[in-house]
Amino acid sequence: MSSIAQKKGFGATIWDFMTTVDHKKIAILYLMSGGFFFLVGGIEAMLIRIQLVKAGNDFLSAGTFNEVITMHGTTMIFLASMPILLAFMNAVMPLQIGARDVAFPFLNSLGFWLFFFGGIFLNLSWFMGGAPDAGWTNYASLALASEGHGIDFYALGLTISGFGTLIAGINFLVTIINMRAPGMTYMRMPLFTWTTFVASALILLAFPPLTVGLFFMIFDRLFGASFFAVEMGGNTIIWEHLFWIFGHPEVYILILPAFGIFSEIFAIFSRKRLFGYTALVFATILIGFYGFMVWAHHMFTVGLGPTANAVFALATMIIAVPTGIKIFNWLLTIWGGNISFSVPMIYAVAFIPTFVAGGVTGVMQAIAPLDYQLHDSYFIVAHFHYVIVGGVVLAILAGTHLYWPKMFGTMLSEKLGKWTFWFFFLGFHLTFFIQHFLGLMGMPRRVYTFGADQGWDLFNAISSSGAVLMATGVIILLVNVVMTIVKNERIGNDPWGDGRTLEWAIPSPPPFYNFAQTPLVRGLDTYWIEKMDGNKKGMIFAEPLGDIHMPNGSIIPFVISLGMFIASFGALYFLDGKPWALAVLIGGLALMFGSMLLRSLKDDLGFHITKEELLEDAKGGNTDGH
Amino acid sequence: MAHDAHVHVRSQAEFEYVKKKRADEMRGNLATFAIMIFLTLIAFTTVAAGFSVYLIVPIILLLAAIQVVLQLYYFMHMSGKGHGMVAFFMFSGMFVAFITVLTFVTIIWW
Repeated sequence: MSSIAQKKGFGATIWDFMTTVDHKKIAILYLMSGGFFFLVGGIEAMLIRIQLVKAGNDFLSAGTFNEVITMHGTTMIFLASMPILLAFMNAVMPLQIGARDVAFPFLNSLGFWLFFFGGIFLNLSWFMGGAPDAGWTNYASLALASEGHGIDFYALGLTISGFGTLIAGINFLVTIINMRAPGMTYMRMPLFTWTTFVASALILLAFPPLTVGLFFMIFDRLFGASFFAVEMGGNTIIWEHLFWIFGHPEVYILILPAFGIFSEIFAIFSRKRLFGYTALVFATILIGFYGFMVWAHHMFTVGLGPTANAVFALATMIIAVPTGIKIFNWLLTIWGGNISFSVPMIYAVAFIPTFVAGGVTGVMQAIAPLDYQLHDSYFIVAHFHYVIVGGVVLAILAGTHLYWPKMFGTMLSEKLGKWTFWFFFLGFHLTFFIQHFLGLMGMPRRVYTFGADQGWDLFNAISSSGAVLMATGVIILLVNVVMTIVKNERIGNDPWGDGRTLEWAIPSPPPFYNFAQTPLVRGLDTYWIEKMDGNKKGMIFAEPLGDIHMPNGSIIPFVISLGMFIASFGALYFLDGKPWALAVLIGGLALMFGSMLLRSLKDDLGFHITKEELLEDAKGGNTDGH
Repeated sequence: MAHDAHVHVRSQAEFEYVKKKRADEMRGNLATFAIMIFLTLIAFTTVAAGFSVYLIVPIILLLAAIQVVLQLYYFMHMSGKGHGMVAFFMFSGMFVAFITVLTFVTIIWW
């Protein structure tokens, strides 16, 4: 474990990533696989827009179109947005609080591999008899009537990847509660750490209802139960409730870390302390709480009755208050700042009006009587793309530029970044702004085609042309990534020059133990305080240099996840009467529980980095011109 | 760090203080224990007295909630130092579970 860079073969690198428990490498794994699924979801989006480019198009059949919209939604939410945000959380949050790793490095790896195998399982449905086709919400009556195995892939795949996400959430909670550096009080935590904390709490409370719902769905479809089968005395509405009790917090799980990334960006690139830090923190917590009281606004037209609709409508509108607090605080952070319009800042500035537009249409839909008009129309499609693309995806793109140097030690090109931004941003508004009007003109969502006499031709064609611009933006980003990797120009600790929080005080990428000595935190924006005090080291230390205890890598998380992946195929084909299905199910479960048992019985005490090795590192390591 | 832990010798005043605190705590425990038995008796009595089910069920649920709180705070020491975050998450979870159950009971099954 010396500091001397070892040249490793390709196989050794792969093995290293398969066994790693280092939060920074797991972040890279999340980013790569999340990015891959983002491209898959993007291709599915392009297929949708090609199909709808003109009236009566027959590019996709009706059945295939249903599969494509279902997989587009599911992939983008569960397999792209969340993992990429988890990548940033993993990469940055432990550094921001001055920790050497997350609380449970082994579980961190397990969480990733469960998500990964769940995502692969879900996407294998394309090649194994058809993808799920009941929409990403998978409403029970439709899902139970669906032929083939698509819905089974959905239910089993999301169960597996849901376990992974739940594990990641719990891990982050414990990390933030227990592993903050000395002096890092709750009210000194950077806002990205705060939003990670609240989003993880939402994961902890929101994923169990989804798991319950998916279990019911699996039992109904595979084992002959009838939780949702009305003719057997079940209740199909229960699925909708369970799904949205999860589903609404889920959108806050996505948007809160996005808010966190933008909060960091506004402070860094305005060269100002965040305005109203305390208000931002409490607004975050408040949004987290409200997130659990509003789910039925997705179900106004189900017939819950006027009382329930009124209660949920009011609760929904209240959310606009903490969100408004955030918007104003960001504006006041920029106000009077010494602004530098680097790529992340451009995204952040563009995010504000875009997200506000999505928020306003959200409040419109909160008015239950109006929602009866808007429900299941393209207005809804426009709304949730304004909040998710205009909020989460812009944050992901901004975060990719902002944190790329910290994760990889190289800088993405500013020039190409700006091209990506303009293509993506203009394309986005071109695609989705006009969909509001398509919705108002009566175009229902999830239709695979429309007639030439309905007057929707022009607007749909415009919408599709916007999608081409967005795709161009993403392709430029890919080119940017490849060029940056090939050029490989190394950068120092604080490449943006105005970093405020602890992650910018250490080399990029950080050594695998992050901090040779645990830092002592003296206030909000720790690194900024030290810079202002002229401290060349960037931090003051809370402990003398000494041996560091580190965890060993392990392949067991990979094997546990693989076991679950194999067992899922057994469960899936069990009802078909395939003779091997039961054996596969049992074999997979045996592999899973066997490797768990191995982990429990075999002590893994980790290893120590000695003081001498740390000293050697400090001599030869990245010193950033100090 | 573990290696610089030292043995603390209590002064007389500290000893007196700890002793008094423990006595207070014990009194609290005993009082709570008595209250809990009394609450249980009330629960049994309502059933034995043959009140309407619509009265008995809410009363028993209410008593149960009080019992849980007493148990947590007096016997599981949740009021002690360093339990703030635990309490926060427990009550958040209970809150979410409560509104979920409330909604199911009122708008699905009622």
